[in-house]
Amino acid sequence: MSIMDQNGGSVIAMVGKNCVAIASDLRLGNQALGISSNFQRIFPVTDHIYLGLPGLATDVATLRERLRFRVNMYTIKEEREIAPETFAHLVSSTLYEHRFGPYFIEPVMAGLSKTPTGGYKPFIAATDLIGCLNFAKDFVVAGTASTKLYGVAEGLWEPDLEPEDLFETISQTLMNAVDRDAYSGWGCVVHLITKDKVVTRTLKGRMD
Amino acid sequence: MASADGGAYSYSLTVFSPSGKLVQIEHALAAVAQGTTSLGIKATNGIVIATEKKTSSILIDDSVIEKVATICPNIGIVYSGMGPDFRILVTKARKSAQAYWKIYGEYPPTRVLTQEIATVMQQATQSGGVRPYGVSLLVAGWDNHRGPSLYQVDPSGSFWAWKASAIGKNMINAKTFLEKRYNDDISLEDAIHTALLTLKEGFEGQMTEKTIEIGVITVPTPTEQEEGKIGGETGRPKPTFRKLSEEEVRDYLAL
Repeated sequence: MSIMDQNGGSVIAMVGKNCVAIASDLRLGNQALGISSNFQRIFPVTDHIYLGLPGLATDVATLRERLRFRVNMYTIKEEREIAPETFAHLVSSTLYEHRFGPYFIEPVMAGLSKTPTGGYKPFIAATDLIGCLNFAKDFVVAGTASTKLYGVAEGLWEPDLEPEDLFETISQTLMNAVDRDAYSGWGCVVHLITKDKVVTRTLKGRMD
Repeated sequence: MASADGGAYSYSLTVFSPSGKLVQIEHALAAVAQGTTSLGIKATNGIVIATEKKTSSILIDDSVIEKVATICPNIGIVYSGMGPDFRILVTKARKSAQAYWKIYGEYPPTRVLTQEIATVMQQATQSGGVRPYGVSLLVAGWDNHRGPSLYQVDPSGSFWAWKASAIGKNMINAKTFLEKRYNDDISLEDAIHTALLTLKEGFEGQMTEKTIEIGVITVPTPTEQEEGKIGGETGRPKPTFRKLSEEEVRDYLAL
């Protein structure tokens, strides 16, 4: 039994047309014992970046605070909001600092980055627990249901999904994947990020 | 407090005088004012920094002397004052730029790097057993947040952003000259010529490609910026700062 699977939970992020979505289940467990069905592991970083932290629950809290500190220091020092690409590197280097005693978290990020011409470009990324970055063009997954998420996402995702279609795709992917995983589930939360707003929806799931 | 080792005031060379001045910093500024003239001009599409490179003897191999230094692909600096002090600051600035890259996967914005250098220089005015750096710097850089920017850093650790400035010997005259010549829509080419003309004002001897050093920031086009972002992932974005070669300097002098 890996410490990565102690509390359960999974996160997925997907790219759409001028939008991105990030979603997670809401279960917190102690191995097979369910503790909570309202455990939030996705957090806003800026108006355009969301961060998901699947893994050991104690490290979810610690890493969230650590990154909040670093992003706030960056914002003050540089007098600007952090860009998604820059934030991904910050997450990566923060994790790699603990290369030989890592946080048991595999972060997933989703955001919109400003282009030099003034538009917005979808951005998603994920890292392993020591900060190895994965910049994907389609979707990224992590957590105890990651293997199942890969399978369903490979089947359902397609390029240039409009926001409503992306919401449907990511929701179906997550709901069906976590039903095949004993350590994830108990409801889901989905964040849909577009250039002028973020829509957050909570979904009901199987409670077994 | 009179004791053999100098007492409480000997911990630091920079102690306030009763009138509220730090005389060591003023002496450092005097060292800068003796140094060769350097100047920087911000243009619409770039920045130019330039300096005289004078040697005390014709026997010195001037091809090895470097007064305009590249810190990272988007930032360059030039100094007036003490050469050895500058070298130390260049090393520290380069390390700081690389440390920033290690964390954020991109090179620092001009303002952040300038602040970092200024902090190093300020620390030398407050620590025990050290003297202030005997240099003033002109920092020229480009970043996608603020665009091209030109900063001056003084031995006290204070820094300002300029449209055009001069430091070192003749700085008063050079600044007056720049005030007359500068306008807000000057192009980089014009700025380089104005820079050379300004240096010429106070120049003793012949101005050649051997006795002038020039560095330029070229503002990238939006397309180049997009490519730069792609390059950013591999850590090799296209440089926006570069030093002009002797050939290029000769061509500008000929015009």
